[in-house]
Amino acid sequence: MLELREERKAFQKKETVSSTGKEVAVAEFHKKIKEAFEVFDHESNNTVDVREVGTIIRSLGCCPSEGELHDLIAEVEEEEPTGYIRFEKFLPVMTEVLLERRYRPIPEDILLRAFEVLDPAKRGFLSKDELIKYMTEEGEPFSQEEMEEMLSAAIDPESNSIHYKDYITMMVIDEN
Amino acid sequence: MGSGTSTQHHFAFQNAEKAFRAAALIQRWYRRYVARLEMRRRCTWSIFQSIEYAGQQDQVKLHNFFSYLVDHFTPSSHNERDFLNRIFTEERSPQASETQNCGDYDSIEVPDSYTGPRLSFPLLPDHATALVEAFRRKQRLHARYVLNLLHEARKHLVQLPNINQVSTCYSEEITVCGDLHGQLDDLIFIFYKNGLPSPERAYVFNGDFVDRGKDSVEILMVLFAFMLVYPKEFHLNRGNHEDHIVNLRYGFTKEVMHKYKIHGKKILKLLQDVFCWLPLATLVDEKVLILHGGVSDRTDLELLAKLDRHKIVSTMRYKTRKENKKQAEEKGNANQTGSAGRPSPWFLPQSRSLPSSPLRPSTHKAHRAGRSSSVPCGVPLDPKELSRRVRRSVDLELERCRQQAGFPAIKEKEEPSSSESEVDSDAEEQPQPTPEEWRQVVDILWSDPMAQEGCRANTVRGGGCYFGPNVTERLLQKYHLQFLIRSHECKPEGYEFCHSRKVLTIFSASNYYEVGSNRGAYVKLGPDLTPHIMQFQANKATHTLTMRQRISRVEESALRALREKLFAHSSDILVEFKKHDKDETALLSNQLFHNQQE
Repeated sequence: MLELREERKAFQKKETVSSTGKEVAVAEFHKKIKEAFEVFDHESNNTVDVREVGTIIRSLGCCPSEGELHDLIAEVEEEEPTGYIRFEKFLPVMTEVLLERRYRPIPEDILLRAFEVLDPAKRGFLSKDELIKYMTEEGEPFSQEEMEEMLSAAIDPESNSIHYKDYITMMVIDEN
Repeated sequence: MGSGTSTQHHFAFQNAEKAFRAAALIQRWYRRYVARLEMRRRCTWSIFQSIEYAGQQDQVKLHNFFSYLVDHFTPSSHNERDFLNRIFTEERSPQASETQNCGDYDSIEVPDSYTGPRLSFPLLPDHATALVEAFRRKQRLHARYVLNLLHEARKHLVQLPNINQVSTCYSEEITVCGDLHGQLDDLIFIFYKNGLPSPERAYVFNGDFVDRGKDSVEILMVLFAFMLVYPKEFHLNRGNHEDHIVNLRYGFTKEVMHKYKIHGKKILKLLQDVFCWLPLATLVDEKVLILHGGVSDRTDLELLAKLDRHKIVSTMRYKTRKENKKQAEEKGNANQTGSAGRPSPWFLPQSRSLPSSPLRPSTHKAHRAGRSSSVPCGVPLDPKELSRRVRRSVDLELERCRQQAGFPAIKEKEEPSSSESEVDSDAEEQPQPTPEEWRQVVDILWSDPMAQEGCRANTVRGGGCYFGPNVTERLLQKYHLQFLIRSHECKPEGYEFCHSRKVLTIFSASNYYEVGSNRGAYVKLGPDLTPHIMQFQANKATHTLTMRQRISRVEESALRALREKLFAHSSDILVEFKKHDKDETALLSNQLFHNQQE
C-alpha cells in the first residue's frame, strides 16, 4: 500500500517536473524565435517577407525540405496571402515545430552516406559535372545561383571534383 | 527472361530513387547551411549599420546639446556677453581674414622638388586624366593647386541651378554613381570599367564623396576637375557628408589637416564655401530625379529650385529654445549633468519607437529653426563691425526666444514669420534660410525609404524622414516623374530597388564596412531611361573568397567593432543592464550575447 502511494507521488512529481520543463522550453523557444524573426523584421512591425521565412526557420535549427517548407509557410500565411508573415501566426506554429523536434538536422554520417550513394564506385569524390547533374536534376533542384555558390566552396579547382568527405568535415567545422 | 529485366528495372528504379533521395538530402542540408550563413550576415550587417547610424545620431545629439547651451546661456553681465560674442566671432573673424586669402593661392610657392601633378587653368581634359593617373600612383596634389582648383570649382558651381537639368539627347548614356566616401579605388575602377567622362559619356555623382575613406581629397579633386572640363556632361549633387560639421566627425577634416599641414585650414574654409554651392539634385529628361537622401511628404521641388542653396552651410540641427526647454523639463537633469556627448547606449532600442509624424506639432518633434549652426562665408567684414553686429543679433535672438517662451507650442506658420524678422534684423552678409527651406534641404539629403506607407521622422539618423511608397508615388505624380535615384544607404549588392521599382538606391563604395561586406554599383540610363545596373567589388582578393569566408571575415570585423563599442561604453552598459535586464538581450542574438559576456 505504502509502496503504491509512494509510487504515485513519484509519478506525480515527475509529471510536474516535465510540465515545468516544458514551460521553460517554450519560453526559451519563444525568445529564440522572436530574435530570429526580428532580424528580418525590417520595418519593426512584426512582419517579415515570406521569402525570408525559410531562412528564419532554418536558422532556428530545423532542416526542412523545400516541400516541407512550403507546407509550413502555408500554415503561417494569411488567408489571403499578402507576401508577409505576421509574428502572431508564426510564433505558435514554430514553437510547435521546435517542441516536436520536427525537421531535425542531418547528422554527418548520414550526409556522408548520401554522397556515397551518388558515388557507387566509391572513388571518394564526385566530378564537378556529376555534382551539377545531381544537384540540378535530382531531388529538389538547385537554382543556378545555389549551384554556383556550392561549387565555389566545394570544388577543388585542380582536380575539378569534390572530395565529399573533406568537404563535409570543412563545412561542419565552420558551422560550429 | 522477363523477370530478369524486371529485376533490372526494379534495381534501376531503386537506384534512381536512392539517388533522388540522396540528392534531396544533400540539398536540404546545404540549404540549411546557407540559411545559417545568411542569418549571420544579417546580424553582422545590422551591427555595422547600427554603429554607423548611431554615430550620426550621436553627432546630432551632441550638436543639439551645445546648441541648447548656447541658446540658454543668458548673459547676465558684460563679461558673459562678451564671452558669448567671442564664441561667435572667433568663428567669423579668422574666416573673414582667410576668405581674403582663399583666393590668394598665387602666393603659395610650389617648390621645384615637387613631383606631383601641376595644374593650369583653364583645365583641359588631359589634365583631368593626368590627375587620375597621378593619384592612382599615390601622388599628392600640392596645396596651391588644391586651392586653385577649389576656387575655380566654386566659380563654376555658383552658376549652376539648385536642380541640374540633364538631357540624354546629347550624351546618349548617363552613368549615375552613389556614395564614394573617400574610396578612390572604387572611383578609379568605375572610370576603368565604364570609361572616363567625355561629351559622349555623362556622369552624375550623387553626393557623399568624402569622409570615412582615406582619399576624400583626391576624389574631390578628380570630380571637380572633370566638372570643370566637361561642365555640361559632368554633374555633382550634394550629399549629407558635404558638410564641414559632419566632416569633423567622420574623417575628412582630419584627412585634410594630415595631408596639408600648412594650408589645411585654408583648404577647409574654402571647402565650406564650395560644399554649400553644390547643386541639390539632378533631373534627367525631366523624368528621373536624382538626389542624395530621399524625399518627404513635404518635398516641394519648386521651392527647392528657388531657394538660395548656399545659405545652408550645414544641415546639422538647431533647435529653438522653446522646445529645448520642454525637452529639458521632460528629461529632468539628463542634459545638464555635463555628460556632453554621452548618449544613451547605442544598442538600446532607439529606432524602434515610432516618433510622432512630422506633420503634427508636438513636444517630441524637433522643429528645425531656420538657422544653420555655422556662419556662411560671406563678404569679409572688419572684426569690430562684425562683433557689433553679432552682439546685436545675439541680443535680438535672446529677446525673441524669451518672448517665444511665453507662447504655446510653435505652429508651423509662425516659423517663417519669425525668421523673416530675423532676416530683416540680420545684416545681409549673414543670409539665413527660412525654416521651411532648411527643412526641405535636410529632407532631400538625409531621408531614407521605408516599406510602410506614410512619412515619419528619421530618428535613427537624427535628420530627414522615412518615406513610404505612397509618398514616392505622390511626388512622382505631382511632378510627372518616372522614378527616383538616391544613395545614402549602403546595400549588400551595391544597389536596391524599392517602392515597386520607383526608387533605386545606388551605392558605389564597395567593401564599405569591411573587405567583402558589399559590392559597389553604378547605374546607366539610356534615352529610354531604363536603368542598367553594373556591380563591382574593387578588391581582387574578395572575388576569390567564398561567401562563407567573406561572411566570416565581415563577421569577425563586426564583432570586433562591437566589442570595442561595448568596452567603451561598459560602465553605461552595466547601468542599463541593471535597469532593463532582459530587454536588451532581445536585440542581440545568442551568439553575440555570449561574446559580449566575455
